[in-house]
Amino acid sequence: MTKAVATRDAYGEALLEVGKKYDNVVVLDADLSKSTKTYDFSKTYPERFFNVGIAEQNLIGISAGLAASGKIPFASTFAMFASGRAFEIIRNSLAYPKLNVKVCATHAGITVGEDGASHQSLEDIACMRAIPNMTVIVPADGVETKAAIHAIAEYHGPVYVRLGRSAVPTINDENSYKFEIGKGVVLKEGKDVTIVATGIMVSKALEAAEALAAEGINAEVVNIHTIKPIDKELIAATAKKTGAIVTAEEHNVVGGLGSAVAEVVVESSPVPMRKVGTMDTFGESGKPEELLTKYNLTAAAIAEAVREVLKQKK
Amino acid sequence: MVDYKALQDIATTIRRDIIEMLHAAGSGHPGGSLSAADILTVLYFHEMKIDPQNPKWEDRDRFVLSKGHAAPVLYAALAEKGFFPKAELGKLRKVDAMLQGHPDMKGTPGVEMSTGSLGQGFSASLGMALAAKLDHKASRVYTLLGDGELQEGLVWEAAMAAAHFKLDNLTAFIDLNGLQIDGPNEVVMGVAPVADKFRAFGWHVVEIDGHKLEEIVAAIEKAKETKLKPTLILAHTVKGKGVSFMENAVGWHGNAPKKEDADKALAELGGAR
Repeated sequence: MTKAVATRDAYGEALLEVGKKYDNVVVLDADLSKSTKTYDFSKTYPERFFNVGIAEQNLIGISAGLAASGKIPFASTFAMFASGRAFEIIRNSLAYPKLNVKVCATHAGITVGEDGASHQSLEDIACMRAIPNMTVIVPADGVETKAAIHAIAEYHGPVYVRLGRSAVPTINDENSYKFEIGKGVVLKEGKDVTIVATGIMVSKALEAAEALAAEGINAEVVNIHTIKPIDKELIAATAKKTGAIVTAEEHNVVGGLGSAVAEVVVESSPVPMRKVGTMDTFGESGKPEELLTKYNLTAAAIAEAVREVLKQKK
Repeated sequence: MVDYKALQDIATTIRRDIIEMLHAAGSGHPGGSLSAADILTVLYFHEMKIDPQNPKWEDRDRFVLSKGHAAPVLYAALAEKGFFPKAELGKLRKVDAMLQGHPDMKGTPGVEMSTGSLGQGFSASLGMALAAKLDHKASRVYTLLGDGELQEGLVWEAAMAAAHFKLDNLTAFIDLNGLQIDGPNEVVMGVAPVADKFRAFGWHVVEIDGHKLEEIVAAIEKAKETKLKPTLILAHTVKGKGVSFMENAVGWHGNAPKKEDADKALAELGGAR
């Protein structure tokens, strides 16, 4: 693993690249450009940047109109406000008419930290993946973020990208990593159990697999960066192969990655499962690392869930 | 010279189509469709640069029906203009039909934005106006809001932004017919004084009788002459306009006419077909 980078920082860099590549990329923000990292784009391409003020519904509505006129809007604010406050505008003005808007939401999850529960979005994956026509992407590191931003700029349709505030370890190789929307990545082959993770929990899943190896447990690790459309083939195959699954996400266990994986598994190859995530609760203020520990979003929690699920495996 | 007689005939045809399609559909919104018929007549048959043969023509003007429940008036205008066959009107709101209860831009030629959830079309129209500015196009963007719609918070987010971005290529009409589902606006939730509110938000405001074609035409001309400000055309209208028993009757907001009422309405609008 190399240096730690926040996915929002990688997003800011990627925006400059896609902005250079495509004249019709425009960026919108709701008074958070320095936090969401759209700021550099706003300085480089001021004529293609629109700050709508603290008005997230209008952020999405204006983006819809720009897309209807052929632009590729990247709309950014915090995940809480994008997926929550603007939910219905995303549903009716973006997804229903399948408009080409990329909602890139930062400060997702409990690692928002000190700002506390009001700003810690733990429901956004659930909300966004319930909408028809939506693509939902949760990058694991900076490398994957950049690759994803390039991929969604080429893809035509509405996308929700979930980005984080805090730095995360880089697990993918910048030079060789290939990103494909809807295709999961097997990061480590194994045969006893599969850990399916997304976002910041992917590096923790790898850590957990290492710890489990010392106990003689050979875990497969799968990165599901696209929650929707989910890679059904890969999930069904790995469930069949290892016979047990643990999911890991920085999100409520209701409706997120764990639910999405379970939906696939029960219809293809039912196996025992455990879900690591926040247990249907709100967060609180604290340092990100402290909160991850308190809410059991750690490699140790994943390893423990693996030991539990293996007891149930036939 | 504008041929007002011809426009008046088109407005009547649109009103007849509204009655006929709502009767056939068995549900829908006659009141707010009839009140907007004259505005849409002027936009589609006098003002807007559009091409029914090429609905996605890049340099076209755009109209967004933000009060999406008035879909029948939009569909009647689009069909009359030739965007799709009039036979479609008879299938409104039926399963497998092209014409949805509220406008669907993916399925219906000439519909610029999917609307129905109030406030959202207005917000989207700003994006279209910004895109036209970015591309240095002369395209103009028109949108129509209901008066009850003004109670949505998003309307005021968009009103603030349109003035901030100096969208002088954007013209918003408000169909000020005074009634919403639960009763008069001023009883349900007062929206007055609308003109003052928009002026305070930085808009150029023109007040007209929304049923006088000459006033609608003149107001649009004033909007086009206005630089650096979006224009609001506050159109005083009568809900259910043109059908005596529907006029100013709140019960006709969301009820389709049955045969007897449809026949009566069509008789008032120039005889049975």
